Amino acid sequence: MINDALSSLTLAQTGFPDSVAGVTLAHYLSVSAAMFTLGVIGFITRRNLIVMFLCTELMFQAAGIALIAFGRYHLNFDGQTFVIFVLCIAAAEAAMGLALIVLLFRKAESLSAGEWKELQG
Amino acid sequence: MTTVPALAQATHEIAHAPAWALLILGLPILGVLQSMVCALLGVKSKAPAFLTVGCLAGAFVTTAALYSWFDPANGPAVVTAWEWFAIGDFTATFGLYIDTLTIFWMLFVTGLATLIALYASEYMSHDVGPGYCRFFFAFNLFVFSMACLVMGANLAMLYLGWEGVGLCSYLLIGYFYKKDSAVQAAKKAFIVNRIGDLGLALGLYLTFVHFGTIEYAELFGSAQLEGYIDLAMAGNYAAIPAQAQWIPILLMIGAFGKSAQFPLYVWLPDAMEGPTPVSALIHAATMVTAGVYLVARFYPVFLASEYALPIVAWTGTVTALLAATIGMAQFDIKRIMAYSTVSQLGYMFAGLGVLTPTGAGYHVLTHAFFKALLFLACGAVMHGFAGQLDLRKLSGLRRVKGWGIVTLGMFVGCINLAGIPFTAGYFSKDTILAEAFVTPGTAAIGWILLFTAGLTAYYTFRVFFRVFMGPVHYEPGDDLHDHADDHAHGEEHNHDAGEHGDEHDHGFHPHAPGWAINTVLATLAVCSLLASGLYIVGGKTLDLHGHDYKAKHYASTMIQQSTASFVTPYDHHGFEAAGIHHDDTATAETAADDHAEDTAHAAVVHGPYGDLAHPNTVLGMDPHKGMYYISAAFGLVGIVLAWWFHLAGRTTAAQCRMDAVARNFGPIPRWAEHKWYVDELYEKLFRGPLHLISNHVFRPFDKYIVDGLVNAIGWLPRIGASIIRPSQSGELQGYAAGMIVGLTILLFLILTVVISIGGGA
Repeated sequence: MINDALSSLTLAQTGFPDSVAGVTLAHYLSVSAAMFTLGVIGFITRRNLIVMFLCTELMFQAAGIALIAFGRYHLNFDGQTFVIFVLCIAAAEAAMGLALIVLLFRKAESLSAGEWKELQG
Repeated sequence: MTTVPALAQATHEIAHAPAWALLILGLPILGVLQSMVCALLGVKSKAPAFLTVGCLAGAFVTTAALYSWFDPANGPAVVTAWEWFAIGDFTATFGLYIDTLTIFWMLFVTGLATLIALYASEYMSHDVGPGYCRFFFAFNLFVFSMACLVMGANLAMLYLGWEGVGLCSYLLIGYFYKKDSAVQAAKKAFIVNRIGDLGLALGLYLTFVHFGTIEYAELFGSAQLEGYIDLAMAGNYAAIPAQAQWIPILLMIGAFGKSAQFPLYVWLPDAMEGPTPVSALIHAATMVTAGVYLVARFYPVFLASEYALPIVAWTGTVTALLAATIGMAQFDIKRIMAYSTVSQLGYMFAGLGVLTPTGAGYHVLTHAFFKALLFLACGAVMHGFAGQLDLRKLSGLRRVKGWGIVTLGMFVGCINLAGIPFTAGYFSKDTILAEAFVTPGTAAIGWILLFTAGLTAYYTFRVFFRVFMGPVHYEPGDDLHDHADDHAHGEEHNHDAGEHGDEHDHGFHPHAPGWAINTVLATLAVCSLLASGLYIVGGKTLDLHGHDYKAKHYASTMIQQSTASFVTPYDHHGFEAAGIHHDDTATAETAADDHAEDTAHAAVVHGPYGDLAHPNTVLGMDPHKGMYYISAAFGLVGIVLAWWFHLAGRTTAAQCRMDAVARNFGPIPRWAEHKWYVDELYEKLFRGPLHLISNHVFRPFDKYIVDGLVNAIGWLPRIGASIIRPSQSGELQGYAAGMIVGLTILLFLILTVVISIGGGA
């Protein structure tokens, strides 16, 4: 049922080139899902803290794309507004995360997440 | 027509007493607070003692004011402070029930407490500081509890006071808590009392179950109870429910515990480990009479039971004789006084049992004064001679300088206890003895008590002749403390030291009592002597149930207007109206119907002891008149024997003529000295088995079952944690994978639910 609804709708506005007019919500969500999955896989498989951090950014952006696509689809601005907030938070988080990584590197002389295993609690 | 009036005030409306009567409870509480404050401030003076004396004197004055306010003609009065608690139908008020019995008791309780607090201010002076505050804390708390017990408006307040005095007794017996024997004695007193308290608690419950109330005002005014007494006086006990007849049996167990009656008397002699003022106030004059008070207060309930009063009478008699025989063979003068107290309490119960609450009440009053006096005199000796209490090591104190008032006080106490004619003890004991002969079926009790009176005179004067008369000789006890102020004791000492050179401790100087002890002893001696006047004055014609009753003396006036009122149908002196009434009824009924005559006849002469048509006599004399001579003779024989065996021809403190005589009795004196091995018997019968059960049943149960359960509960989280703990690996990827798996499952579940709902719709 959901699949039917998704495939029958287009996000293109009048006057868009034909090649773009065929892009539907499903396309955007597919890209978002692919990005998110890549992020997850990267986060789980890689040990380098910086790469893992980039993977979280990837997941962020995937969620952002989905939000904007839905916002456009429902014709309101909530999705886009929300993404602005997400970006702000992501920026702050990037600043803090990178600072932390720098400190962790200084302590362990390595970027591997495995160095911090003893924090198991 | 019909019955003998048993309840004086049953028909009266309940009046309200003024609220200031509550001060009698409030002032001792103030005393408690001041001693706590003194303890917190670290007061190192006699301030807590004198503040206590002030508070208790205030309570005494309030009691006296209440006495003058109270008019017995209007019946009992109540003060309700607040509703204490209510559980379903069970309600108890925090209030006072005031009748002549209450006032009678409270007058001597507060009066004696004041005097003994003054005495204790000096007696406890070597403990000034925290111990002193602790002593007066418990002392005040005791007076408060005793006031609750005596003045309480219901059984719940009585129970509160009952437990309160038990607690204070425990605290004060164990006052010297570093001394093992004192701690053991305190525990013994508390535990033996618990046994009695169980009876009291059950009696309380049964009273509520049967009568539906524990408030005195409702209980003693109830038509139900009055109906029972009518039935009892008609000899028709079968018609009274068994439940009602069990109430007094249960209550008397409580009374026997608190008042040290056989078989629960064993704690009282050991209680002498406490400081002497405590022995005098709690274990002689006031607390131990709580049992007598309980029986007197519930006298109507006791009358309604076929067996209760005979049991009370015989228990009292057995206790009186047993304790007197033990007292004869002891050497510790305080122990002798303790056994004497047990014995005299036995007299009081016997008095209650042979239907003379008046005699019992009067004996409580006279005994309170003279026994407090005797104890305080013994205490002065103990205080002055470094804890020496052995009558074999003290002699001739009469002639030691500074001991005149103590000797005089002791002498007044002794003549009262021995029942020398015209002393208060003589009159009060005679009332009980005479009534034992008047009441049918109790002549045996009378003879046993008369014999005991002879023994009492003997052991009393044994103490007096040994300690205060004869050659001057003394040895200090073990508690030698610093006697900086040397009390010279005259020529006798030097002379005596020359005579008994080696035995005598040259360095020791007895410490003569100071003003506080002497004042109190003198006051109590005067009170003890004046108490005999109460046998002569204070008589009054009372209106009991429409009958004129001539109360012969003050105690009679007080007791007969309370719930303890009982006018024996056998008492042809006091209650002439009953006799006349009886004849009239009988004549009238004879004319009508012979059978009815029997019933009416029985109505007058039945009691718990069956029936009797004519008053009894003793040795062919009217008991009340004959007893004056008979008991005096028994007493004098006892004193003469004591004089012959313990004073005449005695040249040292340790030896007397009795020693040779005692050898002829074989092991009996030794058995008596060992208290007939009752403690050992209890050890074998109860303590030993209890220890065994505790060690072999309760201890393993406690260790393995109770502790095991608690430990198991402690182990549960540990075991659970050890299962979950490996999930915390410290691997960041592991956590992330867990999160993702969890989220996926959650998402899956949510979607399933959403779809199924959507599909359903």
